[in-house]
Amino acid sequence: MKPVSQVAGRMVPLPQADVDTDQIIPKQFLTRTERTGYGQYLFYDWATTEDGQPSSDFFINDPSRKGAKVLIAGRNFGCGSSREHAVWAIQDWGFDAVIAPSFGDIFRNNSMNVGLLTIELPDELVSQLLDLAQDPATEIRIDLENQLVQAGDFAVEFEFDREPKERLLKGLDPIGMTLQQDAAISAYEAKRPAWR
Amino acid sequence: MTERRTMFEKIWADHVVINEDPALLYVDLHLVHEVTSPQAFAGLEQMGRGVRRPDLTVATVDHAIPTTGRSLGIRDPRSKKQVDTLKSNTEKHGITFFGLDDPRQGIVHVVGPENGYTQPGKVIVCGDSHTSTHGAFGALAFGIGTSEVEHVLATQTLWQKRPRTMAVEFDGPLPDGVTAKDMILGMISQLGVRGGIGHVIEYRGEAIRSLSMEERMTICNMSIEGGARAGMIAPDQTTFEYLDRRPAAPKGSDWDAAVKYWSGLVTDDEAVFDAKRHVDASSLVPHVSWGINPGQTAPITASVPDPDAFTDPVEKDSVVRALQYMALRPGTPFTDIAIKHVFVGSCTNGRIEDLRNAARIVAGKRVANGVSAVVVPGSMQVKTQAEQEGLADIFTSAGFSWREAGCSSCLAMNDDVIPSGERCASTSNRNFEGRQGRGARTHLVSPAMAAAAAITGHLVDVREWS
Repeated sequence: MKPVSQVAGRMVPLPQADVDTDQIIPKQFLTRTERTGYGQYLFYDWATTEDGQPSSDFFINDPSRKGAKVLIAGRNFGCGSSREHAVWAIQDWGFDAVIAPSFGDIFRNNSMNVGLLTIELPDELVSQLLDLAQDPATEIRIDLENQLVQAGDFAVEFEFDREPKERLLKGLDPIGMTLQQDAAISAYEAKRPAWR
Repeated sequence: MTERRTMFEKIWADHVVINEDPALLYVDLHLVHEVTSPQAFAGLEQMGRGVRRPDLTVATVDHAIPTTGRSLGIRDPRSKKQVDTLKSNTEKHGITFFGLDDPRQGIVHVVGPENGYTQPGKVIVCGDSHTSTHGAFGALAFGIGTSEVEHVLATQTLWQKRPRTMAVEFDGPLPDGVTAKDMILGMISQLGVRGGIGHVIEYRGEAIRSLSMEERMTICNMSIEGGARAGMIAPDQTTFEYLDRRPAAPKGSDWDAAVKYWSGLVTDDEAVFDAKRHVDASSLVPHVSWGINPGQTAPITASVPDPDAFTDPVEKDSVVRALQYMALRPGTPFTDIAIKHVFVGSCTNGRIEDLRNAARIVAGKRVANGVSAVVVPGSMQVKTQAEQEGLADIFTSAGFSWREAGCSSCLAMNDDVIPSGERCASTSNRNFEGRQGRGARTHLVSPAMAAAAAITGHLVDVREWS
């Protein structure tokens, strides 16, 4: 995983609550066995009409939104299915971070594991960002090291757990780290009941 | 005085390998399926890593496989490649695999319990959010993403931030004609789809204790729809009787030792939960979802809600979107809603008792004209048992299609797609937009409610069928 410390760029607003991972990456794209190439299918059913044409009023098809880096979302973003493909699609489209009042638990874990920054801010602050993000040119800057979000006059600190922060900043491979704990894992296994 | 602990706290403590925040937790059972595992195995390959405990890993195919014409093989080349990839990955690493032609094949959350892999006190993970199902046995079971699947394959452990605990007490007895599905739909409609975020729920109370294992699985299965990663129910005699003599369950003196240990997992009297909620089980009625998330659910006796009744602008917007997608008008009684499809199956309601409950309604009747009704058993073992009990004949005589086991129309990754604009009464767990097919409109109900809808052609209060 590449280290993540700063994210800077334009924003896209997606205000509705409870956006589930079925919307982020619909099931018809989950039969692929690769980790890459999902960006073209991001929000596919919202971005296309039923005959596969671009639907005009969605950000995916708005040239002024191309190259945006931060998705500003509603409550409980990424709820539902555990499909990590949702995170892969968001990253592959070009986003480096999502800011929302809350996230689905599994989606948030998946994001941490592949370096998509997920930041929780209170409802009223996310509302302010959603307003700012109406203008496709507005820039936002996220500083993970100092836990700061800034967009023009908007500047707030955010909370972030110590351990994933360090992992993201250093781009550490969690499996490699855990394999170094082999002695502890073996010791645990030695005292596990045989019938379990 | 010893510390009072919840069941969750006991299981957590028994699995901590490294006690930090997050803690390194040992995984007793890793269930694997074809859709969320290929990238994990490829990741191992790329790094030259192996599978630490193939003996604690069990794989099956369920998500994208056909439920008809299996002798012809899998037509979709990508789905075929996924299944072939899982077969070769499990062969290479020595992992037990229930392939398409195995009599034990089925939905991963049906296969685990019925073969006795799912046991109280275990930490169970799977690359699927409905892994919460296994909590019905008093296990700590939760869904994980593909990176975590790879981590568990390589290390048999996971780094986990300790979740908060929530007790949901179902007070009073469950009335006749009301099922476990109605309990969990009713709970989610009260607590909302975000009510459980960050928590592990323990379901408690009189109405829970009297449930069978299969009903308990229905409840725990949908914990994730309430935002909780895991749900659990204390093991008791019902649990032990279900597990006794299942193939992977402990035997002989091991069984005795296991039951003794399992019995001690129950939450201590006066143990403290981080949060506590109550649901009045005695006043529950059959429920039906009307919207595009499982919280948008109401009693069948009610009618389509009016967006103006919601004060929170975000909630109001959500209701407007839902009614537009579902093509429903405020004030329409739910029982006036006509349906064209009925799906009985899924990891929520695809077990033998679910099929019995549906068959009881269907027996001697015919599916309404213009309705396409399908039963997809949760596993090939469920299918065989249902055929032996005569349930398959009841369904097919009534005009239902009788299928091979799999996830099927719950997420419609195979050909079992509900057409756009058409309405389905479904015993599955998610009514998300496009879940059963792009533009398809899902109404979540219990198996009995789905069966009754198939016969009448519209949503109906199954209690009027007695």
